[in-house]
Amino acid sequence: MEININGNKRQVTVTDASTPLLWIIRDELDLKGTKFGCGRAACGACTVLIDGQQVRSCSFPIGNLKEQVVTTIEGLGTPQQPHPVQQAWIEEIVPQCGYCQPGFMMATAALINNIVNPSDEDIDTNITNVCRCATHYRIRKAIHRAAAIQSQTPKVAGNGKQ
Amino acid sequence: MENNKPARKVSRRKFIIKATLGTLGGLVLGTYLFRKPIQRSIAGYINTLAGPYEGSHDNPVIWFEITPDNRVILQSPKVEMGQGTFTGLAQITADELGVGIDQVSVVHAPSASGNLDGTATGGSTSVSSLWQPLRELAATMREMLKTEAASKLGVAVTALNVSNGIISGGGKSITYAETIKGVKKWKIPATPKLKEIKDYQYIGKPIARVDLKAKVFGEPIFGIDSVMPEMLYGSVVRPTKVGAQYLDADTSEAEKMPGVVKVVKEKDFVGVVAKSQMEAENAKNAIKANWKVDKIWQTRDIENLIQVGKGDAIEIQKTGDAADMLEDPTGLITMEFTSPIGAHAQMEPNGALAFVEADKATIRMSTQVVKITRSEVADRLGLKEEQVNIIPTFLGGGFGRRLHTPHAIQAAVMSKAVGKPVKYFFNRQEEFQHDTFRPPTHHVLKAKLNANGLITAIEHNVSSGDVMYGSALVPTMVQHVIGADLGAWRGGMIIYGAIPNFRAVSWRVKLPFATSWWRSLGLLANTFAIESFMDELAIKANKDPVQFRLAQIQDTTIGKRLKEVIKVAAEKSNYNNQPVNGRATGFACCIDVGTPCAQVAEVSIEAGKITIHKVTCVIDPGLAVNPDQIKAQCEGAIIMGMSAAMFERMYIEDGQLKPIIYGDYKMASMKDAPKEIEVIILQNDDKPGAVGEPPLGPIGAAIANAVRRLTGKRLTAMPLSLG
Repeated sequence: MEININGNKRQVTVTDASTPLLWIIRDELDLKGTKFGCGRAACGACTVLIDGQQVRSCSFPIGNLKEQVVTTIEGLGTPQQPHPVQQAWIEEIVPQCGYCQPGFMMATAALINNIVNPSDEDIDTNITNVCRCATHYRIRKAIHRAAAIQSQTPKVAGNGKQ
Repeated sequence: MENNKPARKVSRRKFIIKATLGTLGGLVLGTYLFRKPIQRSIAGYINTLAGPYEGSHDNPVIWFEITPDNRVILQSPKVEMGQGTFTGLAQITADELGVGIDQVSVVHAPSASGNLDGTATGGSTSVSSLWQPLRELAATMREMLKTEAASKLGVAVTALNVSNGIISGGGKSITYAETIKGVKKWKIPATPKLKEIKDYQYIGKPIARVDLKAKVFGEPIFGIDSVMPEMLYGSVVRPTKVGAQYLDADTSEAEKMPGVVKVVKEKDFVGVVAKSQMEAENAKNAIKANWKVDKIWQTRDIENLIQVGKGDAIEIQKTGDAADMLEDPTGLITMEFTSPIGAHAQMEPNGALAFVEADKATIRMSTQVVKITRSEVADRLGLKEEQVNIIPTFLGGGFGRRLHTPHAIQAAVMSKAVGKPVKYFFNRQEEFQHDTFRPPTHHVLKAKLNANGLITAIEHNVSSGDVMYGSALVPTMVQHVIGADLGAWRGGMIIYGAIPNFRAVSWRVKLPFATSWWRSLGLLANTFAIESFMDELAIKANKDPVQFRLAQIQDTTIGKRLKEVIKVAAEKSNYNNQPVNGRATGFACCIDVGTPCAQVAEVSIEAGKITIHKVTCVIDPGLAVNPDQIKAQCEGAIIMGMSAAMFERMYIEDGQLKPIIYGDYKMASMKDAPKEIEVIILQNDDKPGAVGEPPLGPIGAAIANAVRRLTGKRLTAMPLSLG
């Protein structure tokens, strides 16, 4: 089947429609930025955007994917043209081990598209990912910063923006 | 005082050991070592010191690689698990080697490089233990380059200067990359004089993490991201019951499953190799394994085992005669505390990508013990250690979970069976049920106060499952010499040296499931118990808790540093002995691996829910190589510690360790984490000390002490519950 991912149309062989999107992304398309954390949509490490909304790809069967556009961390931005979320993450020096951070960044990208200037309560409600290094303090600062960068930038960098 | 009433009945029998010594002597004492001051002094020594670095000290060539584009690659024998070590090591390298920080890349040294750490990455020692060796190695390398440059340029070494990887003098210059051209063998000179600390350009500055870009743009840097050509996927059947021993398995159904390449049956495990991750997982689930289970454990069985007074005891600290003084019940204050089984819950599951060929094995994985992993894999495969190359990757969290790596053996055995690379990692249920847990603890504290409201005698008894025992990290011989579990009693000693009589006793209990190193080891639970008790004693003595502590700390070097962090924490926070506008502040402190740390938690309770608004943390790790990353470690340790203190708990139900998934294993999330954390770094030592673990100590007690101010209720069990 064909997947519209990160601005490209990619062909993948799907033998089992129940295969989680996560494994297609990681093992078929070799995009390793999207992480396996729990396999039950409980931690958010595998968060990607589908048509701009956050989805936990470990629990999204590939068979459910039709014409939608998928964006992973690799499609969010580049070092040359970072997405506002990535720019904010760099400025706040957020990651420690870094494993959960792509999931947090994807969830944040969706959040600030939906709510231009999220309050702390908006963050508490919408960002429910797990981080064991416990970088939550800097994540919160980075989310606010990302929202500020995005609202100041007329055209958002990165090819993953819907 | 009603709150001092023990929650459980303490067996008094074991507390009269000292009194009965005259008649029963050593017979009753068993491994009781309070007559052995040598062990005690070793114990005290180890409790305060960071472990030394046990790897290559003298060959810069295996540490630094100069690239053709004049960059430096540092081959790090320490792994990066989020603690920021790579950044600190890059700063040290840049300053002594004479290159810009942007010219330095840090990579994990494969074991085949020969740059191997003799111990592990852990114990908050990476930067502190490499501080001297790495500066010396880099400075030596710089001199080697200068000597070579002198001969190439025809200029005296003494006339040469180094900056940004360019050596210049006598009107000429040459890059490091050009300097190394044609050099076949390096002559290693004596270690040159190191730079003055004030002359360092990068050390001491809040340099951005060197791995920031890789981690923000999703580069494939973790063990689980590893790939090799023709790679297959493995899965291993694991029991769900505590203590289950593998007998055999019916694999007939699994062998017919789609994608299955081979079912691998070994004496100690059964696994399956398949063409995809999902096929391996599905086929594993179709294997019917038989297990021998002697006992169906329940949580209450474990609680019955973890009791001060049961198991073997060892006196780890003794000054004066606390045991005798606390024997007489007059004026005796006693409290008990407990902590539960804790899971590491690191985000990247354990696993390995292994490729075993005829005479060699290559393994890419997240490990904190490169050398031990190598030796265990070599042993199982019948290879020499040199034939096994462990290539460490970035760790998706460590926290001590990757100090134990039998999964590397299983990946290697499965690869050998199919002759292809095999990637194998745990699913989340397996992670939660086969963790090497933070052991549960039980603490009994006793003290007496004099008329001036000062402590005359204090004693801490801690019962814990093993941390150090059974770990490949600590040789059996050392375990016997020390005679006690240095992991279990981390933070279990009394740090108030001005008290005339104090004593600490560690009770060892063997549990039916694996317990081991968990970030800060016993520190979190021990500090929770001791610092909660100190708070209660201050209330009893009608004293301000901060002043009460300050009055009982000795004026030693470390005592003065402890007093300083306490004073600054009280000054810089909203610290108040009484609640203000519905918010109370709780205070606690600790010394861990020689680093004093004090914290103030600002807490309110609404509708029965504890909210932590702000935490102020004052830490004195000595010289701060990277102040920003020290702050990051403190922020993370505070939230991880409050998560463990307030929410986390594994339990055993009908033989199964539970929960088996995030969420059910409740951890702090965005809504729970304090919205304000202030970290203040003091530097009352001229060399770097421990950072990664000390700030995990005080937070549990700081929260409980604030709750005591708000409610009058003393919470004595982690996870904290208002009931």
